[in-house]
Amino acid sequence: MIAPPRPAPPLPRADAIVDPRIGAVGQALLALEDGAVFPGIAFGAPVASGGDLVVNTSQTGYQEVCTDPSYAGQVVVMTYPLIGNYGRLTDDDQSERPWLRGLVVANATAAVLDDARQLATLLRVDGIPAIAGVDTRALARHLRANGSLRGVITPPGETDVDAAIAAARAVPRWEDQDFVAQVSPAVVREIGDASEGGPLIGIVDFGLKQNIVRALRRRGARVRVLPHTVTAEELLADDVAGVVLSPGPGDPARLAGPVALARAIVDDGRPLLGICLGHQILGRAAGAETARLRFGHHGANHPVQDVDTGYVQVTAQNHEVQVLGDSLATDSPFRVSQVNLNDRSVEGLRHRTKPIESVQYHPEGAPGPLDALAVFDRFVAACRG
Amino acid sequence: MTATRPGRPASDQPPAGRPESVLILGSGPVVIGQAAEFDYAGTQACRAIRAEGIRTILVNSNPATIMTDPSVADAVYLEPLTVDAVEAVIARERPDGLLAGLGGQTALNLATALADAGVLERHGVRLLGTPLEAIRMAEDREAFRDLLDRIGQPYAPSVIVEGATDAERAASADRALAEIGLPAIIRPAFTLGGTGGGIVANEADYRERIRAGLRASPIRQVMVERCLVGWQEIEYEVMRDADDTCIAVCSMENVDPLGVHTGDSIVVAPVQTLTDQVHQRLRSAALAIIRALGVEGGCNVQFALSPDATEYAVIEVNPRVSRSSALASKATGYPIARVAAQIAIGRRLAEIPNVVTRTTVAAFEPALDYVVVKLPRFPFDKFPSADRRLGSQMKATGEVMAIDRTFGAALNKALRGLEQAGAGPLAEDATWQSTFDYLAAVYAGNPDADQPIRWTGEEGEACESTRFAQRSAAPVVLRRFLEPSDSRLWRVLGLLRRGVPGATIQEATGIAPWFLAEMERNVRLEHDVRAIGPRLADPTDPEAATLLATAKRASFGDRDLAALAGVSEAAVREARRALGLAPGYAMVDTCAAEFAAETPYFYSTYASAGSPPEAPPVQRPAALVIGSGPVRIGQGIEFDYCAVQAADVLRRAGWSAVMVNSNPETVSTDFDASTRLYFEPLDPESVRSVLEAETPHGEGSPPAVVAYGGQTPLNLAAPLAADGVPLLGSDLETIDQAEERTRFAALLDRLGIPQPEGGMAESIEEALTLADRIGYPVIVRPSFVIGGLAIDFAYSPEDLVRHLAAAAIVDPDRPVRIDRFLEGLEVDVDAVSDGERVLIPGLLEHVERAGVHSGDSIAVFPPQHVGEGDQALIVETMHRVCIALGARGLVNAQFIVRDDGVYLIEVNPRASRTVPFMSKVTGVPMVELAVRISLGATLAELGWPDGLLAPPPFVSVKAPAFSTAKLKGVDPSLGPYMQSTGEVIGIAEDPRVAMAKALTGASLVPPRPEDGSDPVALLSIADRDKWGLVPLARALRRAGYRLAATPGTRTALREAGYPVDPVAKLGATPNAHIGEVAILDAIGGGGIRLVVNTPTPRSGAVRDAAEIRHAAIGEGVLCLTAIETAIAAAESLDPDVRDRIADVRSLTEWVPGPVRERLVASGAG
Repeated sequence: MIAPPRPAPPLPRADAIVDPRIGAVGQALLALEDGAVFPGIAFGAPVASGGDLVVNTSQTGYQEVCTDPSYAGQVVVMTYPLIGNYGRLTDDDQSERPWLRGLVVANATAAVLDDARQLATLLRVDGIPAIAGVDTRALARHLRANGSLRGVITPPGETDVDAAIAAARAVPRWEDQDFVAQVSPAVVREIGDASEGGPLIGIVDFGLKQNIVRALRRRGARVRVLPHTVTAEELLADDVAGVVLSPGPGDPARLAGPVALARAIVDDGRPLLGICLGHQILGRAAGAETARLRFGHHGANHPVQDVDTGYVQVTAQNHEVQVLGDSLATDSPFRVSQVNLNDRSVEGLRHRTKPIESVQYHPEGAPGPLDALAVFDRFVAACRG
Repeated sequence: MTATRPGRPASDQPPAGRPESVLILGSGPVVIGQAAEFDYAGTQACRAIRAEGIRTILVNSNPATIMTDPSVADAVYLEPLTVDAVEAVIARERPDGLLAGLGGQTALNLATALADAGVLERHGVRLLGTPLEAIRMAEDREAFRDLLDRIGQPYAPSVIVEGATDAERAASADRALAEIGLPAIIRPAFTLGGTGGGIVANEADYRERIRAGLRASPIRQVMVERCLVGWQEIEYEVMRDADDTCIAVCSMENVDPLGVHTGDSIVVAPVQTLTDQVHQRLRSAALAIIRALGVEGGCNVQFALSPDATEYAVIEVNPRVSRSSALASKATGYPIARVAAQIAIGRRLAEIPNVVTRTTVAAFEPALDYVVVKLPRFPFDKFPSADRRLGSQMKATGEVMAIDRTFGAALNKALRGLEQAGAGPLAEDATWQSTFDYLAAVYAGNPDADQPIRWTGEEGEACESTRFAQRSAAPVVLRRFLEPSDSRLWRVLGLLRRGVPGATIQEATGIAPWFLAEMERNVRLEHDVRAIGPRLADPTDPEAATLLATAKRASFGDRDLAALAGVSEAAVREARRALGLAPGYAMVDTCAAEFAAETPYFYSTYASAGSPPEAPPVQRPAALVIGSGPVRIGQGIEFDYCAVQAADVLRRAGWSAVMVNSNPETVSTDFDASTRLYFEPLDPESVRSVLEAETPHGEGSPPAVVAYGGQTPLNLAAPLAADGVPLLGSDLETIDQAEERTRFAALLDRLGIPQPEGGMAESIEEALTLADRIGYPVIVRPSFVIGGLAIDFAYSPEDLVRHLAAAAIVDPDRPVRIDRFLEGLEVDVDAVSDGERVLIPGLLEHVERAGVHSGDSIAVFPPQHVGEGDQALIVETMHRVCIALGARGLVNAQFIVRDDGVYLIEVNPRASRTVPFMSKVTGVPMVELAVRISLGATLAELGWPDGLLAPPPFVSVKAPAFSTAKLKGVDPSLGPYMQSTGEVIGIAEDPRVAMAKALTGASLVPPRPEDGSDPVALLSIADRDKWGLVPLARALRRAGYRLAATPGTRTALREAGYPVDPVAKLGATPNAHIGEVAILDAIGGGGIRLVVNTPTPRSGAVRDAAEIRHAAIGEGVLCLTAIETAIAAAESLDPDVRDRIADVRSLTEWVPGPVRERLVASGAG
């Protein structure tokens, strides 16, 4: 940290921080734009990489976090100190590859499994750097106090502090980047056959997680996954019974196209479900403003209360931006339907007359609780008409 | 789309009005399976409900608890937890609601009984929190399985054994066996701590366990369950409110696979080896179950998970706060009991503030950024003869918890915190050595494997094996060596140390590979430290510095590192200092730093070494209060009471109280019991580090308070004082002079105070010579012990040699004290001394003769058989000793009153086991006075007189509660080893009623004869106790008991004119001619309801009689081994007395305020 008050104690051995089964790659630094530097041990891909730091407090589910496209452009800090305990099961991946810019952990642990099934292997294959040996609690406190900061993980062996801080300051700003364009698919994908008979749901993929597809499929729906550039006409084809605006990375304020698309869907009146970024896009389409949270919500333990029923559920969250409820026009057909009990931020919007709603949290979990799966029940039921 | 709520269960009533007064049931005496956690839970509950402006009425028979302090509830009833007594309380207090979910299984069962007896309905009392139907459904195995079927949750195949008659039950047991097969788990319904249950592998054990289980179950129902061998055990602590909001507070993973009771298991929080998918599946299942049950409050759900994590089964649900929820509370910082109590009075999770962050609400799930490891603390050091194997019946008396950033580090810390001889991370039992060698030779690829290998088998027989035989024998040896037992962890570590692969151990134990791999990492570090040797202590050696930093990050203690490296502990410490290697302290904040929290709850970790501190030292003046560590026999909840009080007094005096303790079950580790809480092992290194962290730059260390947590903190006095840490209260000189027996004996000689003749012996020869001189019997005891550990009588030179061998195991460095054993009336005294004046609230007379450990004696206040002259002499002696010692604070002493004088046996300048009891029955705030004195006040300034206070116009009896029925193989006969795990109180004007209340609360009264029953009391009384035979027989006959007796006792009874059934002595052939039956047959026969078997004071006879006592315990028959206890118990059956047990009064009615008048007659001072 900045100017430690006492001489730094000797560092422990690399094999105490990175399980020898994974193998430490070398000394590295995590440097922040405000000059804070955390030395550590590299265990991911041997490259430099940077982005905005986000803190995730989930105790399980590091693999889902790493493969969640919403983390595109971000360096994820896990507060749970043991990351890697159970390795990596291919089935639990949320997308084709890891999208985060880097991973920061206290201890890189290993499962008693072969190399191919370790978390570190996933990161190395896909070129994601990772650093262990950081007091991630101290880092989380630092970020909580100072708000979101950019940072870089240096390649193994590069431990020049000044260069690292300069690199952190050179990282492009999160707000200035189009992450959706990076993670959204180029082509349309159909899952499920018309002979199945269930409703067809069009998902606009801004950074889709597999568990959303699974949740819909389990409820008998067919799914058509579309690029974020899809037109309203193509999306609202006659066979589509309802639309999901998926989660995804980045700032919705940059997504004029999707916001216009959302407006068209609302006008169309078909069932619509927005999740996370999809919720923010819908919020903007409804005329609300969005703003960046100081510290983001990234964890599996956020209580959300339904405004109508008072009912409280524990939810998985992963977002930097909130919809500002007060900015909704008083005569808006949308109203705030759910709030976060921790900070009273908006967690859901509901249309007063149409089967349209959105949630800021992740009802599909992965990682996180599955308490809010009823969101999908309601949506698929509405799609069935 | 409109949101709909998930369906609520049947009890979907509009929430009834908030109660104006609530009756809270405690859990009674501490027994295995129900310990300090319920003091913690009950205290939190009382405070939470009281804070809502609701009148709280508490009933608990346990005087050692904080919850029964008059300040905790509006009305405290120290009465037996029986239907009659509680109904009497209800009739007087007219509460609106009854809260039973915070007093363990005892309170739940009592609530059920109150409902069944119509008491609740009769008095219009509403059961708060989880409804009765939910409790019944969770406890009734069959109903619960129906519920699981309904919601599609899987469970292990099982069959219920029950029936109206023995024949029906036997047929039911046969069917169960045929369907389930062996091994099977036997689970009796409605018992606490798994009493009567267990895993059985053969048919004989099966039949025996079914019989025992049916007897143990109050509804005569036992479940036979398929044993899911090798499956993992996963637990969730969940909560639900009346609005159906559900949260999972904490997940826990047991290192020991299924089969070991969770209270006896090594438990880790949160889950470590589960993917998010599996974890969420189980979490969702737990929430589905509490929804279906309709729980309102806290609940514990246990699952078995197949090794490949594809299948799970629900094992058990506890619809109440439990030991696990206490652990979960301390592991997460989430106050489960407080919130459960708030839910019970109608609050919703979303409206209850999170008292830790103070900015968020209770409807959330804590996020941990650390690892918690819990280790059980077993009583086998006190019960060497007990069966040490672990199964589904809990055997641990307490537990230690540790927090750190890795599993290995938390495990090491927990091992350091156990405070048990031979329980550090490196401990190995010498008797395992040959088995280690053998298994290492087979499994670790030892090059010497060609040689024939010798080892010692489990039975102690010498074994030998050739290479060929190894292959077949080794798996069997390994499996048996690693059977679940209290020492399995150390056996596993020892094997890993010798290179036996984790995979091999996993196969033999079922312990998940990840845990073994992490243990292996610790073991590799040990190896590296051993290899670097004394270089470790050289701070200029960079390799050594790195290794030291690595080992400290894994939380190896300086002492263990010193042992491994072959240097002194001081050298390791010095090297650390030179390197600036000190732990950081991190906050337990429920949210992994996501929100700023205001909690004062911290743990040390070297993973934060060098990080900015999370909080500055507490405000001065400040003092460190050292708690008492894991609950063990001899050092239990009563010391937590004292430590909590001490912290409270300090805070009220304007000081900051810093608490350090390692026990997750206690009130002292509640985050609001002190100004700041450090959850740390109670070893000198950890306490020192806390003091350093609390010492602002350039200032001196805050003082330490060592007098209130029992022997544990007292043992820290010397190392802390050596570092220049000031002690608050009595100084090291006073402590040493009282504790060090030679110095103490010299002091008494100088003061001319009579003491039993004795001396110190450093060798067996010296001991024999000394014993010869003073005459047998003698008492043998090592210095500095807890609860009389290793103290024993020797009746002969052979005895003496045997005991000395045992004592050497405890502490070979210290000599042994040999004293003449004086028989007589024992009197316990607790005093408060300011160095000039000595206040004695009262004297406590023991019912059993000297020789029974004071913790196991029934004690009566005020004394009934000590004359005024003797009392005055005791007071005067106490005064002189306290002044001579320069004691400032609490002092406890034991005297023996004999015809030939009053002897002083022992003095301890610290809080004693009886301080909570005496404080409550006299109204003297003893801890408060002692702490104020240590802060500089005098008794006079505090307004208290010198000398003995006048006795109150009522009698208080303290009776011990035993857990021996849970520990197979333990001889329950009373002696110098303390055996009791808890205590109860009885208060009444009539001493006999007070006695009956206490004995009833302690379950030491035989069943009262019901109409038509013909109960028999079997008496086998040693000659020296025959004096008590007539009063005993008279009381039993009057109560409606028939008598049976062994020949000697029979003759004496017949001579006194009592009819008696003949029973043959153990080992003697029954004389059929006179209708004699064998004693074990008589006990097994069913009619006997009480066995009184007093042992002859010769060790041989003690062993013989043990079989009788074991038989009685096995049959669930009350067995008393002291004649005095037996008489008191029999007299309690007297209808005149019995009917007045339900004559209840609150503590403040008994003791409206402290009685400050001096006893004029005492002549003391």
